[in-house]
Amino acid sequence: MTGTITVTVNGQDRHLPANSTLLALLDTLELDPRAVVVEHNRGIVRRPELDSATLADGDSVEIVHFVGGG
Amino acid sequence: MSERGGTGADGPLVIGGRAFTSRLMVGTGKYADHQTMVRAIEASGAEVVTVAVRRVDLDRTKHEGILYHLDPKQFFLLANTAGCYTADDAIRYARLAREAGFNEYVKLEVIGDQETLLPDVVGLVEAATTLVGEGFKVMAYTNEDLITALRLEDAGCAAVMPLASPIGSGLGMINPYTIRTIKRRLQAPVIVDAGVGTASDACITMEQGVDGILMNTALAAADDPVAMATAMRMAVDAGRLAYLAGRMPRREIAIPSSPTTGMLG
Repeated sequence: MTGTITVTVNGQDRHLPANSTLLALLDTLELDPRAVVVEHNRGIVRRPELDSATLADGDSVEIVHFVGGG
Repeated sequence: MSERGGTGADGPLVIGGRAFTSRLMVGTGKYADHQTMVRAIEASGAEVVTVAVRRVDLDRTKHEGILYHLDPKQFFLLANTAGCYTADDAIRYARLAREAGFNEYVKLEVIGDQETLLPDVVGLVEAATTLVGEGFKVMAYTNEDLITALRLEDAGCAAVMPLASPIGSGLGMINPYTIRTIKRRLQAPVIVDAGVGTASDACITMEQGVDGILMNTALAAADDPVAMATAMRMAVDAGRLAYLAGRMPRREIAIPSSPTTGMLG
């Protein structure tokens, strides 16, 4: 498959090349995989699996990290 | 008679099988800037430092991650589930936090009401049960209700964290009687979480015999957070020592401190 897909990342629509991996998405967003945790369609994706997890059109991704809190 | 030799000899605070160096735990929210936060945390002497799980800001317009400012080798990062209003949400946040790879502890919050931020105790016990089953060391933020505290202990929580008064209120310890009752009835460590406003509140809280205190706004919203953190460290130590020392009984009549004999004729 060629062309682009639309993926919702942290609530925003992003257009990505088809067959992008989660690691490629993090790279595009200039995020260090060691500093974030990624959820793909509500399931947590462990860091070693980021490179093999492929995104499809309509997928939902959440990328979180630690912020100040009580 | 005291056999403590005046030192108030105290054991370490042990939660979930791990010994912690300080009975004061602090949050990282609401500071004016990161430098003040780090200096205040250092002044507090806290080892356990709470953090929240949130979306990365993809536009980089808001704050960066807290780990750019806090060394995870220097502090024990305790992730919370603040902002979660259902058991399912809290479980989701806890799993994400654990995946960050620091530890299996979570400060579990399931909030039931936006105005008071009081816990939804039904959802709290439900989430605690699930998370304990998944191997989490759950430290559960709850109200000062004994029965809920007992249920949380039964669910296998590593610590129970009753409030002194509502989150961010600074009202201090409203009901020392119920806090003492919870401490007396539970085997699990009792850490008072939320409501402490100033050093005397922290001291009074520790004098009830609880195992520790978690606070955030009392430091972050002080005019001088670093000075308040120092005061809180001393207050927690003083309150703990006074508890161990065993206070004199309260009496509603005066008893002279000086001899009543040998007065001039």
